[in-house]
Amino acid sequence: MSVEAPPQTGALGSRIDYEGLGRPITGPGALTGDWRRFWHLTFNIALVQWKLRFFGSALGYLWQLVRPLLLFLVLYVFFTKVAKVGASRGPEYHDYGAQLLASIVLFTFFGEATTAAVRSVVDNEALVRKIQFPRLAIPLSVVLLALFNLCLNLIVVLIFALGAGVRPMLTWLEVPLIIALLIVLSTGIAMLISALFVYLRDVQPIWEVVSQVIFYASPIIIPIAAVQKHLSPTVFHIYMLNPLAVIFQQFRHAFINPATPSAGTLIGTVPAIVEPVAIVCAIFALGFWVFNRIAPRVAEDL
Amino acid sequence: MPTPAVGGERLPVVAARSVSKSFTVPEEQVHTLKERALHPRRRIRHNTYRALNDISFAVQSGEFFGIAGRNGSGKSTLLKCLAGIYQAEGDIWVRGRLSTFIELGVGFNPDLAARDNVVMNGIMLGLTPREARKRFDSVIEFAELEEFKDLKLKNYSSGMHVRLAFSVAIQVDADILMIDEVLAVGDAAFQQKCFDVFNDLRDRGRTIIFVTHDMAALQRFCHRALLLERGTPVYLGDPHEVSDRYLELNFGREAEAKPAADGAGGGDQHVGDGQARVAEVWVEDEAGERLSSVPQHARVTLNARVEFAVDAEDPMASVNVINDERDVVLVATTAVENERSGHFSYGEEVVFSFTFDNVLKPGRYTPQFVLAHRGLGLDVIDRSEGESSFVVTGSGALGGLVDLPVKSAVSRVPSRGPGRVGA
Repeated sequence: MSVEAPPQTGALGSRIDYEGLGRPITGPGALTGDWRRFWHLTFNIALVQWKLRFFGSALGYLWQLVRPLLLFLVLYVFFTKVAKVGASRGPEYHDYGAQLLASIVLFTFFGEATTAAVRSVVDNEALVRKIQFPRLAIPLSVVLLALFNLCLNLIVVLIFALGAGVRPMLTWLEVPLIIALLIVLSTGIAMLISALFVYLRDVQPIWEVVSQVIFYASPIIIPIAAVQKHLSPTVFHIYMLNPLAVIFQQFRHAFINPATPSAGTLIGTVPAIVEPVAIVCAIFALGFWVFNRIAPRVAEDL
Repeated sequence: MPTPAVGGERLPVVAARSVSKSFTVPEEQVHTLKERALHPRRRIRHNTYRALNDISFAVQSGEFFGIAGRNGSGKSTLLKCLAGIYQAEGDIWVRGRLSTFIELGVGFNPDLAARDNVVMNGIMLGLTPREARKRFDSVIEFAELEEFKDLKLKNYSSGMHVRLAFSVAIQVDADILMIDEVLAVGDAAFQQKCFDVFNDLRDRGRTIIFVTHDMAALQRFCHRALLLERGTPVYLGDPHEVSDRYLELNFGREAEAKPAADGAGGGDQHVGDGQARVAEVWVEDEAGERLSSVPQHARVTLNARVEFAVDAEDPMASVNVINDERDVVLVATTAVENERSGHFSYGEEVVFSFTFDNVLKPGRYTPQFVLAHRGLGLDVIDRSEGESSFVVTGSGALGGLVDLPVKSAVSRVPSRGPGRVGA
């Protein structure tokens, strides 16, 4: 194409001086942009979802609570009255009710955060394709939403525990740390599976199955003492590699019943508790690495 | 260091250096693990599609910069690269607080009331939650939705929806705004308001990058513009020139393609008694150069070359210029000036010309030549059937079918008695 250039500008403009412009923009990424905006976005996306859930229906928060409570009631009645796993068998069972409820509530957080995260990036296609923001805000807001619910549910656990005779103790200070570990784990998985789901749509059913397995592979229904009794030390060691097992047991030890062994004691040596913590960190690092890799391209690949 | 303050002022706020963008599109979508597991060896072939090709430009602070191009020319992709939504090759600089409007109302949720949506959308566009809440009243006021501010968005009409979204967008005071064709929203009154806002933004020295294929808006607002075609920059500079070239791109190609297609279909398009043949029709400017596009307000000549197969006495030639809507917008005939055109003998070639000031509005036109025996013009010798067409390009066209020279005046009516006090 022959272009007759006007005298001054030239067909494609004058020469541009790029000197002194500083660094060019880096394009989209998991964390690109300033941190305040990242936090505002994460928090407000979660807040809006939370509002929608609570003010959208007449009973609001109650529905949020009904699911874990119902599960708790069914399991409690079945395992204490019918199968007689809990209660009467010895001192390690006397906190069965409180332990069961606490574990269910903690697992509900884990399940909510991860299963809702799977589709999150894909479902927020409109945002991803239309505005620039740190992509990580999406899975993180899902985890944050689950955290809001966890905080409310923990109040119920507290009331239940006080009713069951638990009295405040110093080890309660450990609880935030334990919850933090659970958040790190859930966030790691949320980042991983939400990123993978963009390219592999069967991550969703796979994760549903896997989280079911994790539910039964964690000391929720069957107290850890009973598990330990039936497993060889090696297999039990593998069982305790499950970070959720460590988290639930440590929560039970610190919050409900100091008489139950701590996770460290159960693993045997205290340094061995490094293993599940390292697994949590590894999952988080892997999740972040994968998410960070897909983040620049996700807007065009959706 | 040479005086940074002076040097800093001259630095562009948005700059692109050799920006290219390719999309890889897999030939088939493999979206499940099962498919990968079943065919682990199969490699999925990818097609690479180059959406942007080596684009460089710089936008100065306070400039209203347009990006124009046809559908699929890559203008929206370029905007997304500038906005940091797509990763591009090459370097892009954005210096200042940036707000992007690829679409209005990003993040709007139908189940929430206007307030929550305005706050959420504001945060999406880069406000802090506090700023967003503070601006809610002025947003609602600008959108003229005071009565509906507690209504859930799903109960809004689509017009109200758009008004709310646009109002949030313009409340975001970024240094640099990137806007993707959002002008065509709302009713006429609201549109006028939007235009006012754009003018205001321009006057306040905001830097605006504006993607459009509305040439009227481009010329109305932009200081400079970039024209893209198939991802390649074609022209950068004066918006009027961009607009002309855009119209040329749009219509010129079709006009060029047409004769070739018709030629293959057999030449039996001519009607008439065949005593002569309109062999060729073309448009030329005052310098006698042939054109396929004609600028508005230039003096142009429509020519038809006629070959006579037998002797002819005083034939009359006329031309009908037909626009895209098949309206005849111009009729001219030699019979008006001189009914007796003369005697033409067998084998002679004659050119009939019609020269006029081009007042036609921008668009594509087809001249139709009719050669007839002397009389009422019904006894047709030959007629051209629109093998050739031309494009009128124009800057500052206001929208009328023709753009005649008009003198306008404003005069004050002397007020009678005590009335308004003039400022």
